[in-house]
Amino acid sequence: MLVFLFFSLTGLKAADGTVIDTGATAWMLTSTALVLLMIPGLAMFYGGLVRSKNVLGTIMHSYVAMGIISVLWVIIGYSMCFGGNILGGWFGWNPDYFFLKGIDTNVMEAGIPEYVFSMFQGKFAIITPALIAGAFAERVSFKAYCFFIALWSILVYNPLCHWVWASDGFLFNMGSKGAIDFAGGTVVHISAGVSGLVAALYLGARRGYPYQVIRPNNLVITMLGAGLLWVGWFGFNAGSSISSGLSTAQALTATQVAAAAGALSWIIIESRHQGKATALGFASGILAGLVAVTPAAGVVQPWGAMVLGIIASMLCYMAIMLKNKLGYDDSLDAFGIHGIGGITGALLLVFFIRPSWMSDAATSAGGSWTILNQLGIQALAVTIAIVYAGLVTFALLFMLDRFIKIKSSEDDEMAGLDRSYHGERGYGMLNPS
Amino acid sequence: MKLITAIIREVQLDRVREALIEADIKRITVSRVSGHGQQRIEEMYRGQIIIPDLIPKIKIEIAVNEAFVDITVDTILKSARTNGNGSVGDGKIFITPLEECIRIRTGERGGTAI
Repeated sequence: MLVFLFFSLTGLKAADGTVIDTGATAWMLTSTALVLLMIPGLAMFYGGLVRSKNVLGTIMHSYVAMGIISVLWVIIGYSMCFGGNILGGWFGWNPDYFFLKGIDTNVMEAGIPEYVFSMFQGKFAIITPALIAGAFAERVSFKAYCFFIALWSILVYNPLCHWVWASDGFLFNMGSKGAIDFAGGTVVHISAGVSGLVAALYLGARRGYPYQVIRPNNLVITMLGAGLLWVGWFGFNAGSSISSGLSTAQALTATQVAAAAGALSWIIIESRHQGKATALGFASGILAGLVAVTPAAGVVQPWGAMVLGIIASMLCYMAIMLKNKLGYDDSLDAFGIHGIGGITGALLLVFFIRPSWMSDAATSAGGSWTILNQLGIQALAVTIAIVYAGLVTFALLFMLDRFIKIKSSEDDEMAGLDRSYHGERGYGMLNPS
Repeated sequence: MKLITAIIREVQLDRVREALIEADIKRITVSRVSGHGQQRIEEMYRGQIIIPDLIPKIKIEIAVNEAFVDITVDTILKSARTNGNGSVGDGKIFITPLEECIRIRTGERGGTAI
């Protein structure tokens, strides 16, 4: 996203006369729809993994994000992410972006209407808080969750997105060609994963965890959800080129390779370690690979994407084993997959950057730019994302808990989220009525 | 030997199970059932009040030797009641004589097979 976004954003002010590139616009419209498809995909992935009494509540965690974050995005989100620096660069602001009222006829330099770019970016803002829900599944009050993701989006996502992707964000401009985060390794996955871990620790485990068996109610919808996520990820990564051309093709290829390598290595590791290649393992491997390639898709070649997918699966698998040893309840492994996978991708991508990128970076640094230079920048960006997301999430949970009890009461948790918060049941057809 | 069949509320299943385990009664069978008793519930569906004919319940079946009948029944009574003193819809317990019990693995019969 880096290079193209830079051009497109600097072109905003003089955008009026720009001609629409229908090819790029058509692909960006498609990508926008594909990224939106990931949210029902995530709802199915998470929804299948919980017990049947929580299936609707868990699906609603993803769906309600489509409502809350879309509305917030139009009002202030886009402005906070892609406006000019204010408050020392904490986030951005541009009065034209407030309610998107000033971009009605804007065409960006990339040749796409600014509405399309704004809606495309809005989908990323939706899925990020929805990912966190996996960490505290089956035990969070619906009302508190709604307030939490609204505030989290404003205080964590928007500033991080501004730092990494806006043309005047400080991480975007760090080093020679900025911290590399093509489609959201730090902004989306590390921030959601770390916040999930903090929230899981803050709320504590589900009742009976880990001694009582808590089994998925429907792995079939989980598998379908993982499939939709894979499909949607082409919009997520290949769309992040904000164009329809060579870099789109590069990102698309890297995405496919990493997902496949991740999925295969997961079931190989698993069958060596536990004897069977599980369907859930395959799905987890898909996600680990996709998450790891997200920051890297624009700069790595297929062999690099393959290695990233393999390493991500290994590290995520170990992270989940470690979680089981430590005994904290990151219920659906939001941190284990998105946190660890995102960190793996954001750091290790430096070893696989295509030579042309490195020589461009050397030119713009005025002489030399090495892998280690870039690794330093990546490590700094990752550390900033971890610390910022972790601290603000903790503060947010602590404050919010004074007003609304975030964790479900024991009775609500036992009765299930579906009955307690929605008054419905997901599988009415299981009983004759 | 007796067969204790309890029909309870779905939401009480966790509590009843935990209480039974506490009382050292661990061998049980649980199934989802629907039925109609004294209880009449009103549910909201698309803003309209509807009264379902059959209400989903949980059926627990426990085969016990005579010495365990009272403790099993007491435990279920205590843990399946809602709102402190109980309310309509908490369910019923049926106790029926159990003629024989056979463990398939060994072919053992009677009280030791339970």
